[in-house]
Amino acid sequence: MKIAIASGKGGTGKTTLSTNLASFIAESRECVLSDLDVEEPNSGLFIKAELIHKEDKFKMIPEWEKSKCELCGNCQTVCNFNAVLKMGKMIMVFPELCHGCYACSELCPTGSLPMKQKKMGELKSYKTGNLNFIESKLIIGEEQAVPLIKQTINYVDDNFGEDVIKIFDSPPGTSCPVIEATRDADFVILVTEPTPFGLHDLKLAVETVKQMNKSFGVVVNRYGIGNDGVEMYCKEENIDIIASIPNDRLIAETYSRGELLYPAIPSVKEAVISISEYIENNKGWAK
Amino acid sequence: MKIVFTAKGTDMDAAMDPRFGRTEFFVIYDEDTRNVESFDNRAIEGEAHGAGPKTAQKLAEYEADVLITGNGPGGNAATALKATGIEVYVGAGDMTVKEAYEAYKAGSLKKA
Amino acid sequence: MGKVKEIVVISGKGGTGKTSITASFAYLGGKELIVADCDVDAADMHLLMAPDFGKSEDFYSGELAFIDQDTCIKCGKCQDVCRFDAIPVIDTQYVVDPLGCEGCGYCARVCPVDAITNSEPNVGKSFISGIRTGATMVHARLSIGADNSGKLVAKVKNEAKTLAEKENKMAVLVDGSPGVGCPVVSSLSGASFVVLVTEPTVSGLHDLKRVYELVKKFGIKAGCIINKVDLNTDLSGDIRTFLKEENIILLSEIPYNVKFTEAMTDGKTIVEYDKELGNIISKSWEKIKEIEKLQGKLK
Repeated sequence: MKIAIASGKGGTGKTTLSTNLASFIAESRECVLSDLDVEEPNSGLFIKAELIHKEDKFKMIPEWEKSKCELCGNCQTVCNFNAVLKMGKMIMVFPELCHGCYACSELCPTGSLPMKQKKMGELKSYKTGNLNFIESKLIIGEEQAVPLIKQTINYVDDNFGEDVIKIFDSPPGTSCPVIEATRDADFVILVTEPTPFGLHDLKLAVETVKQMNKSFGVVVNRYGIGNDGVEMYCKEENIDIIASIPNDRLIAETYSRGELLYPAIPSVKEAVISISEYIENNKGWAK
Repeated sequence: MKIVFTAKGTDMDAAMDPRFGRTEFFVIYDEDTRNVESFDNRAIEGEAHGAGPKTAQKLAEYEADVLITGNGPGGNAATALKATGIEVYVGAGDMTVKEAYEAYKAGSLKKA
Repeated sequence: MGKVKEIVVISGKGGTGKTSITASFAYLGGKELIVADCDVDAADMHLLMAPDFGKSEDFYSGELAFIDQDTCIKCGKCQDVCRFDAIPVIDTQYVVDPLGCEGCGYCARVCPVDAITNSEPNVGKSFISGIRTGATMVHARLSIGADNSGKLVAKVKNEAKTLAEKENKMAVLVDGSPGVGCPVVSSLSGASFVVLVTEPTVSGLHDLKRVYELVKKFGIKAGCIINKVDLNTDLSGDIRTFLKEENIILLSEIPYNVKFTEAMTDGKTIVEYDKELGNIISKSWEKIKEIEKLQGKLK
């Protein structure tokens, strides 16, 4: 069972929800939480666990071998990303621009651009009780999130069985990284706030998950502020509001300290219980 | 010596363009022949990524000795430029090409 | 040479109040400014500024492959070379998945019958609008699943800058992109002053430091507004210490107040909605104008 937690707008409470939901589920069964916001992962600030494994993550980049090169410049011609350039008598490769399509390498007549591994991020695996936590982070200067997100999801698939609940904390927005993060999900939870900004960005997020044919539901955070726009919209569109977390200064203060909310705050506990039950009843996860 | 300036126009009176990768024009001044040329780089706007290296490559065709610009080339562009051996001077972003040249000759620009 | 000043507001972390504060600055600056909403992935400024969407332009970027089924001989070479699993077989046909295609063009190069063409897809729209403050705002919307490369951000910024220079405006005010990637770099390029909006939470401080690394790399002068300051006194203290260490100007501290969100819900900027909060933000704006020597031209 794979659940992605996403939102259009940043700051709505994705990470708050994913860390609390995962920790709650882990009280009764094996669960793995992955932070896929690889540019700026934050969930680790809320999970106190032991580091059990670390691995470097690589992407494949062409590396110039000049011995057989005839400087035909075909590599530059076939690269759509300006990542390979012929500068005088040299072939220069710009690793950050490379998308790893292999065209320059495989179409080189002399085999002078073999693909080599280049580190682009790090994956760390933590464990506390039944909760497994995977955090991936891009190294500074590395811009492309998609390859690392993909590899992290593969890591989770390879290391955790069907009976482990998999929760993915996705990056905010609706661009490529979010698509990659939610691509394999069985169910998507969209977190929003009941304000005009929240509603506007929720609509974008809904458009996105619909285009991907994903089953989804909404969690309203900071319920009580703003207006009923989000509620009305969900009603009109027949979208389930799975749970609402009330706006509460105490919640904000607890969050500010990097603490989990549900142990001490009843309204949040109710919410994570509702969400677990909803998923179990509607989507049925393997017992 | 051949000197290249990142500019917003095509002659010595033009304002300098503080950017490198997405500069609008190059003004190329040959100190020996006193000849002034220019190159229109505005097509670079169409490039989403890799503007810096691409512009550096264009510049390499002019075989200039010195590049004078404003903020300085970004990481990738700088790497590409280094391969050509060109000397880069920065800090002229607010001047005209002519003023930048004079500042360079007076030694008041910073070498990147 | 009349170089127009650029004030860019960023936050690293979402939800700190960046857009709300930028909107207030826009209101205070009025006709003297050109506003640029560079948060193109989830643009929200327009919800407070009532833009008229006067001028719109389609935005094209990247490349998308397309297989002509009449020409295709189903040899599968395209699928063999595609590293992004973007050419699945659907109902016996090889079809490019637009959400998966990275636009590398490799498939088109190997197709033996030239059945594959590449086009530059329309991935968004940019707009130039009149807004209710009397100023002009440049904004945009990136389509779903698009690559937020920073190119659309650059377009919005350049458009705003050109307008500001042409109309002799006091400054360009930019609502920056969140995060630390390409769109932020694009938002920051050419900035004269950066306003960092943060909050005293572990996430807030963590992301403030990360985004400041970028600002430092560009060598841009920076100021900070601590929003929801009384939420956590320990962390507010940590933020102040960090600002001092890095020579970042503390512009103001705003107390945690639901009125912040109430204003937005009411479609108003905070300075229009609440006197106390409005005063704090006005003072920040005055400070920024002083630091950047921004002089209004209208009386």
